[in-house]
Amino acid sequence: MDMRTPLSLLPLRLDDVAFVIGTKRIIDGISLQLDAGPRTVIVGPNGAGKSVLLRLCHGLLRPTSGRIAWTSPEAPGEPRRQAMVFQRPVLLRRTAIANITYALAIAGVPHGWRVSRALEALRKVGLERVAGHPARVLSGGEQQRLALARAWALAPEVLFLDEPTANLDPGAAHEIEKVIAAMHADGTKIVMVTHNLGQARRLGDEILFLHQGRLAERAPADRFFRQPVSRDAAQFLEGELPW
Amino acid sequence: MSSLSQAAVEAIRLVAGADPKLSEIVLLSLRVSLTAVAIASVIGLPIGAAVAVSRFPGRRTVIVILNALMGLPPVVLGLLVYLLLSRAGPLGSAGLLFTPTAMVIAQAILIVPIVAALSRQVVEDAWQEYREQLRSLGETPLGAAAALLWDLRFSLITIVLAGFGRAAAEVGAVMIVGGNINGVTRVMTTAIALETSKGDLPLALGLGMILLAIVLALNAAAYMVKESAQRRFG
Amino acid sequence: MVGTRRLFASALLALLALPALSVQAEERFITVASTTSTEQSGLFGYILPIFEQKTGIRVHVVALGTGQALDLARRGDADVVFVHARSAEEKFLAEGQGVKRFPVMYNDFVLIGPKADPAGIGGGKDIVAALKKLEAAKAPFVSRGDRSGTHIAELDLWKAAGVDIDKAKGPWYRDTGQGMGPALNTAVSMNAYILADRGTWLSFKNRGDLTILVEGDKRLFNQYGVMLVNPDKHPNVKKDLGQLFVDWVISPEGQNAIASYKINGEQLFFPNAGQSGA
Repeated sequence: MDMRTPLSLLPLRLDDVAFVIGTKRIIDGISLQLDAGPRTVIVGPNGAGKSVLLRLCHGLLRPTSGRIAWTSPEAPGEPRRQAMVFQRPVLLRRTAIANITYALAIAGVPHGWRVSRALEALRKVGLERVAGHPARVLSGGEQQRLALARAWALAPEVLFLDEPTANLDPGAAHEIEKVIAAMHADGTKIVMVTHNLGQARRLGDEILFLHQGRLAERAPADRFFRQPVSRDAAQFLEGELPW
Repeated sequence: MSSLSQAAVEAIRLVAGADPKLSEIVLLSLRVSLTAVAIASVIGLPIGAAVAVSRFPGRRTVIVILNALMGLPPVVLGLLVYLLLSRAGPLGSAGLLFTPTAMVIAQAILIVPIVAALSRQVVEDAWQEYREQLRSLGETPLGAAAALLWDLRFSLITIVLAGFGRAAAEVGAVMIVGGNINGVTRVMTTAIALETSKGDLPLALGLGMILLAIVLALNAAAYMVKESAQRRFG
Repeated sequence: MVGTRRLFASALLALLALPALSVQAEERFITVASTTSTEQSGLFGYILPIFEQKTGIRVHVVALGTGQALDLARRGDADVVFVHARSAEEKFLAEGQGVKRFPVMYNDFVLIGPKADPAGIGGGKDIVAALKKLEAAKAPFVSRGDRSGTHIAELDLWKAAGVDIDKAKGPWYRDTGQGMGPALNTAVSMNAYILADRGTWLSFKNRGDLTILVEGDKRLFNQYGVMLVNPDKHPNVKKDLGQLFVDWVISPEGQNAIASYKINGEQLFFPNAGQSGA
């Protein structure tokens, strides 16, 4: 379950990583290691730097200082072995299935195999009946499921998620959580940012609590929620930290 | 105004009479400007998209120059192309001066900056929305440019129409490189200029009304295609 | 999705193919640089079809001012020039740019002005006296200012009237740099005086309040000449086809065609190819 290929991306190591804009230290020296296996959920008040941390790990941002190192990193030009899903699904003005075949084409999947792999991904998230529909006319929940299907079709080792259900109603959010759990069962490492503590409880194996750009606490999920060690975490859980 | 109503009468008379000279001129105008806009789009859209998604030294200068070239006076461009295509010029042996091809070349050069500058803006605005996801998927900048061009096709239709409008409306460039030769390089705008200089103002205005009607019809058709396709694709 | 893409692509290809479809490959034609007066008066529209019928050679006329037409030929962009300013044509020949000059036809200039005639020059036959009066009265006068045959003639007439026009120029003298038609439009809208060739005036439709005030002076005589551009200087000149045109225009048939062109029963151009010294 922890080794998908002989040469795995994970573990991911961050060494004293900082991200500074002007004088603002958005990430203020974080060191940690992410291993394959547990679903990692990142929580924290607004402005804690959660989204930035996610983007630093995924490579969308470069740290101002410090090191971010995958064990067996992707080479430039090679198909990606990690994927990301954002708060608002970014889909092209094409059919649902075409959005997935587009991603598969970038990943170098041969032409003849794309449609079948895309259909399979759609089936896994329950969207096969809308395969030929324009992606942008799908409902919000369906669009986010499509974004997940696109990621799943790429069979990533790591999936980063930035508040994937923040814009969805509880029913749609529940569907998304089911898909995330299924992807994890399929062997993908989950790293997710969420504001929804209930969701964190449901989906998290371990919790990273960020506060003011620092990793304030890290614990297995049940312990974090039952007995947070740091005062900030305790206040946060009580809802007393300023949002 | 009586000259406007006279002009309207002229316009109706020409169209109703299916004047063969008129249809020759109209068809040539459409041929020249549509071909020019097609060429300009094939060149300008990729340039605009590429500049939108790339970062390179001097990028801002390129954008400013592209934007400025939108205002290139057609008559100046016509003169430059004339000097290029003249027998005494570097491309003289091609024998293109005073042909419809020369007019297409001049108009295409005129429109490329318009298509490039406007598509650059449209693609760059969309790039803000798509950038992270496309990079996450491992897309190259050029691949992203191509994907965005297709995704923004409805907005780009409007840009192409703007380019066509500019081409169909200009007289300076086609007059100089075409020579307004009767039956060979006379288009709507140069015909209007000619009739004006002959003092036949109602006829000139009438031709002008016909030109406007054609451009309006083309725009209406394109808009309807865009609307119905947009409704399907979201 | 695929359907729309195919539609776009085929539309694009069809458009690009359009010019190729109607290129009449290797059509026999010559390029004649001429003046706006011959084009706009409708003369070419009348006589060229006769020539084309006879020889199968299409004549492409690029109509500019005389100065511009000769410059066009100097760049090798025309096969034949057909203009009306003897001094400029002689200079062209002296430069070796033309083969030989043949007189073709003449018409005359007329002095046009407002019917009300504030400068009081109307009805006379003496152009020089009229111009003197115009300058003295500082009456609004529109000049072509474009090195055309008409412009050159106008400048020569000012000289004959003893007026140094460069010095005498003032707000009354409107140097427009335009062809005959646009200059007439300007004169009409300003109710000004203007020197025009009779052919353009007769076919001009926007006369406003203007009419012919002075005509018939021998000095208003306007001679047209035709020249083949020198193929030794410009190898691309279609010398055989061009020579056919030159020959035809001075032949009895061509001269007859010119004489028979009329507007409202009035003849515009008078053939005089045989006239020596023209």
